[in-house]
Amino acid sequence: MSAPAPSMYSPAAKAVAEELGLKMGRANLEEFADTLLTLAKADRNILAVTSDSRGSGKLGPFGQALPKQIVEMGIAEQNLVGVAAGLGSCGKNVFAVSPACFLTARSLEQIKNDICYSDHPVTVVGISSGVSYGALGTTHHSLHDFAVLRAINNITIVVPADNYETREAVKAAAAHDKPVYLRFGKAPLYTLPGADSAPFAFGQARVLREGSDVAFLATGETVIHCLLAAAHLEATASLKCRVVSLPTVKPLDTSAVLAAARECRAVITAEEHMVNGGLGEAVAGVIAQAGIGTRFKIAGIPDEYTVTGSQADIFRHYGLTMEGFAEAASSLLEKSSVGAGVSHDQLGALSLSNGQAKD
Amino acid sequence: MPTDQELALKSLRYRRSVIRWIKHAGAGHTGGSLSCLDILNVLYNRILRVSPATFTDPKRDRYIQSKGHSVEALFVVLAEQGYFPESDLETLCGYQSDYVGHPTRHVNGIEQNTGALGHGLPLAVGSALASKMDDAGFRVFTLLGDGELSEGSNWEGALAGSHYKLDNLTAIIDCNTLQITGRTRDVMNHEPLAEKWAAFGWAVRKVPGHDFSALTAALEAPLEPGKPSCIIAQTTKGRGISYMEDVARWHHGVPNDEEYARAISEIDAAIAKLNGGAA
Repeated sequence: MSAPAPSMYSPAAKAVAEELGLKMGRANLEEFADTLLTLAKADRNILAVTSDSRGSGKLGPFGQALPKQIVEMGIAEQNLVGVAAGLGSCGKNVFAVSPACFLTARSLEQIKNDICYSDHPVTVVGISSGVSYGALGTTHHSLHDFAVLRAINNITIVVPADNYETREAVKAAAAHDKPVYLRFGKAPLYTLPGADSAPFAFGQARVLREGSDVAFLATGETVIHCLLAAAHLEATASLKCRVVSLPTVKPLDTSAVLAAARECRAVITAEEHMVNGGLGEAVAGVIAQAGIGTRFKIAGIPDEYTVTGSQADIFRHYGLTMEGFAEAASSLLEKSSVGAGVSHDQLGALSLSNGQAKD
Repeated sequence: MPTDQELALKSLRYRRSVIRWIKHAGAGHTGGSLSCLDILNVLYNRILRVSPATFTDPKRDRYIQSKGHSVEALFVVLAEQGYFPESDLETLCGYQSDYVGHPTRHVNGIEQNTGALGHGLPLAVGSALASKMDDAGFRVFTLLGDGELSEGSNWEGALAGSHYKLDNLTAIIDCNTLQITGRTRDVMNHEPLAEKWAAFGWAVRKVPGHDFSALTAALEAPLEPGKPSCIIAQTTKGRGISYMEDVARWHHGVPNDEEYARAISEIDAAIAKLNGGAA
């Protein structure tokens, strides 16, 4: 049975999802916790390490079923990551679970040195990521995590877009003997197509929909909105848009990025992250260094005082919805030529301002 | 087990090597390497159940040097223990050398990449927890600087160490009372240190940090069942070189040619004296 769609989706978006036959799944966080429990039951070396975060990490059942495989560190994220690395160095397969906002900021040095530099097999799990805790304010947003972790050597950054990608990502992380960052939101998500035709693997793009007008290169919880936008654009404007899920932000699947840039008339990247230093700039770097000129837009959270509200409110505010992406695609295609007449305003979402504009 | 006299000779030779390689590299943390050398001497020659042959054994004892900047002391002791030839240190701090100015696992015998302060204790807590979980029986030792204790992550680790009753964990504080700016008590006062660790649930002992017997007695077994051990080793920064002792500027001072010659002749004289007058 399919749960009702949350307010993230307009009635029009829900109708498109229904036409595509998409079913509402559950939150990636719940899928993560169940998958980890299943894996840990079969392998007592798998540990969950938490910072008073077993409730928010949906790890209550894990703690009850496997009390010897959950390690509580209290509200101390630096110690959480250091201890996780120490456990990992002694043969444990560790999942360090804490809200992404704290884990990738307060304990960044421990991720950088104790896990990545020392090279221990720890999976850093950022829960309630992006603006999942939208209404709680900037302290609780993680819109910086791709940027800071992309600048650290020896970590795979994985941002699943649905329950399938989540399940496969957790299994892949457990089997991987290198540092991994996983990022999960807490809102229920539609299950995307492509589980059979575009299987999940670290470092691999998943083409969810073919097309050559606009390519949406998206990661995490924005992918569904791009897919809905592509279907909407086909129905209303006869545009064939490509939708590529990039669950691995690093290392990036550069061949999928280059194929999109070469074969499509325009490229839009989408992420639940600040436009600075995230997926969009990574994709731009690949395209520019390949010498490809294309119409290009980075969609994400702009560099400003982030608007308050639910995750759905914030997505709507910044156009990270079916309607927003469809409009972005149309206006990008309307641009007369590549590189001509780009105004400061058109680049306004990028890091051109130091200000704290609230509007 | 080597005698105190044999350890004393080893320490003098370690000191000679530390000065030699720092002079050769033109860089290094001289004062702190000299303050912790006798602790490393006792650990590697009397306490740790680890050797080059057993370094990959999951049940080996772990030593994690949180005060990573005193890496020259660790390199010299590891070389003497046979983890790598001491001549490898000719590349110390050089282009593409694995022997960088802080410990890395690219060097045989090193458990953790350290250098940023406040990381060793949480890593040691994790390792000690793993030992308990697997009933593996290995002990975990970490060496902290006294200045380093301003880092809050140490106190997070201290809470966890006692919460989990990690009596297989020992934190040794190289309490040389100096940091780069000056006296630790003037930069940021940590006293009363023993009382703080005791209040965090640790068994605490203060020992003279250059006394092999006292260090051995404090380290050979956990101080108290059910509690992690904190050994406050009262040491002298720059120990063994008269003009470096207890002088803050030798934190990362490199001796000039004249100072180098004087340091070596002081050590050689001490070795001669220990050998009963024979050079």
